[in-house]
Amino acid sequence: MEQEYVLSVKVNNNNGVLLRVSGLFSRRCFNIKSLNAAETEEPNVSRLTIVVEGDLKVLTQIKNQLLKLYDVHEVRILEDAVTREHILIRAGRSEEDRHKIIEIANLYRAKPVDVGKESIMLELTGEPAKIDSFLDLLKPFGIIKMVRSGITALERD
Amino acid sequence: MILSGSDIIVECLLEEGADTVFGYPGGAVLNIYDSLYKYSDKIRHIITSHEQGACHAADGFARATGKTGVVIATSGPGATNLTTGLATAYMDSIPLVAITGNVACNLLGLDSFQEVDITGVTMPITKHNFIVKDINELAPTLHLAFKIAGSGRKGPVLVDIPKDITAAKIDYKPLGKSVPDKPAEVSEADLNEAARLINECERPYIYAGGGVISANAEEELAKLAELCDAPVSCSLMGQGAFNQRDRRYIGMLGMHGTVKSAAALNSCDLFIGIGTRFSDRVIGDASVFGKNAKIIHIDIDPAEFNKNVEVYTTVAGDVKIALAELCKRVSQKKNAWTDEIITTDYGEPVQKGTEQLPVTPEAVIEKLDELTDGNAVITTEVGQNQMWAAQYYRYKNPRSFISSGGLGTMGFGLGASLGAKVGCPDKTVVNIAGDGSFAMNLNELITAYAHNIPIIQLVINNNVLGMVRQWQRLFYNKHFSQTTLDNRHIDYVKLGEAFGIETFVIEKNEDIEPVLKKALEISKNKPCMIEVKIDRDINVLPMIPAGKPVVNPITEIDLEA
Repeated sequence: MEQEYVLSVKVNNNNGVLLRVSGLFSRRCFNIKSLNAAETEEPNVSRLTIVVEGDLKVLTQIKNQLLKLYDVHEVRILEDAVTREHILIRAGRSEEDRHKIIEIANLYRAKPVDVGKESIMLELTGEPAKIDSFLDLLKPFGIIKMVRSGITALERD
Repeated sequence: MILSGSDIIVECLLEEGADTVFGYPGGAVLNIYDSLYKYSDKIRHIITSHEQGACHAADGFARATGKTGVVIATSGPGATNLTTGLATAYMDSIPLVAITGNVACNLLGLDSFQEVDITGVTMPITKHNFIVKDINELAPTLHLAFKIAGSGRKGPVLVDIPKDITAAKIDYKPLGKSVPDKPAEVSEADLNEAARLINECERPYIYAGGGVISANAEEELAKLAELCDAPVSCSLMGQGAFNQRDRRYIGMLGMHGTVKSAAALNSCDLFIGIGTRFSDRVIGDASVFGKNAKIIHIDIDPAEFNKNVEVYTTVAGDVKIALAELCKRVSQKKNAWTDEIITTDYGEPVQKGTEQLPVTPEAVIEKLDELTDGNAVITTEVGQNQMWAAQYYRYKNPRSFISSGGLGTMGFGLGASLGAKVGCPDKTVVNIAGDGSFAMNLNELITAYAHNIPIIQLVINNNVLGMVRQWQRLFYNKHFSQTTLDNRHIDYVKLGEAFGIETFVIEKNEDIEPVLKKALEISKNKPCMIEVKIDRDINVLPMIPAGKPVVNPITEIDLEA
């Protein structure tokens, strides 16, 4: 059955490592829904959080193929994990919009980071589902620009 | 000891035991070639006609000897000319280290003369690659390249070295030969499950791939076959993994496998795939492959499990260790089915010539097999010549069939034969080619002469691109589009003469034995060539069309239809 899986991949923080990983996904025809890369507590190691779509067979293939890359140390398929996403979004076409947007932002505890005459920029961190519903509520006001960080995740103890 | 980067490269090669390298000089590797000049009493460099040939030669050397092959090329076009060779080695899991020069670090990224991002280009066709931008990293990187190439599932590794790094000097301390990673332990539970299935089955079928050869596991394979009393088939890459003069050998499996191997596949109750990746050219229709049997898959690379076919159980690990452990757990069996498979005549096709061109590849290759007692190293090009070489020579030894199985690289064989002969000077090495493939890289005859590498180049000349023609006949309404080479008119005797290669022609059946004998005699001292003239409509049979179930192969093609 096709579904989304979150992979947490530890890699050498080498030149070209993102290209190696993304190249593998593209040539093996695996789908990446989102990919987030950043340094970890060890400066030589980066953690990639990759959301993929596929069935269990594809998931196993992805894991095994990733592990063949010299720069990949560890691949974990996250089951019980804290997942978070960050969004920056500018919305609103009038002063009235702006006020209503602030009301929604308060509900979600989103933080205003830049206020214009008619529009406002907000930031929010939360579970991907929360970000989705926040976005849905803002849509009627006209989304001017936005960027989502992609999912980051860490396993629970 | 203060050494330059280029001296360090040669020192590292020598520490790794690489005393023979193939390559081609150029601007960005001038320093390296200066060091090769200095070290010429310790390291042999063979210059080919083209970097592609050098890469295939390093590959052939690796396949024939089991050592890691080394190829050196300059930046830009020199480096890109390696790509077909690297992709060939990658698909067939052959350990290579390719060293390319590049422009100096301060010129990188500026579209400098002969600059190419070769690590970017070769990322999908190497096991790993490096660019060295710090002289202190040079020696560790080169040793790591050898380690990666030779560990686990082997493969090619490229090291790109900018020119200023080869010129820079540091105090060098030898690091010593790299040690391959120890293979992971084979799971006890997996072994026990595989052994249980083997002990309980009645009709076991062993199918061996190139992984058996890479792991040097031929003895363990033979022992397992004996213990569980199974017929044995080999993939194209597995030719030589099992002695084909043994009664248990039932021929190759797959698109051009024997009728017998297909029949056994469909009546076995346990299919044991060893060191194989279940290529599409073997399994045909994956949804029905081996459906009457349980499949055990034993391989070093877990990524191959359930990739192309769904299997019942798997054993991950070094094939040699896994088979040895399995043999301890399997009790001696005797299966009536095995005898039946081995003794039944399934009506394998026999090649026929015409009145004008009576000679068949079958007759020539079988005679070659007889005269060399199956002990020659055969390299091949790709197409009909490759399949005939696999079908009609009865390989006894691992590393004696050298062919581009995965990538299917026309133009591979001649370069590979040079590498194989350099690596195994005491063996007879024959490159079996078609006229199409031969024309792709025949420039390497120059190398054979120049370095006096005494191979036999056998050109099976049918004046067509025979394999494509065969498909055009069967599936494209006999539209022989661009596959008829009648306008070429190559005089192989004169061609050979121009390169200094004595050449013979076989056009009658009476020519076969004397010409082969003469060539085998000459090849004790110098290279020679044989042209075999055959009819253009001798097809490769049996045949299973691509993607179709491996059942009842085609054994006859009606040329009038």
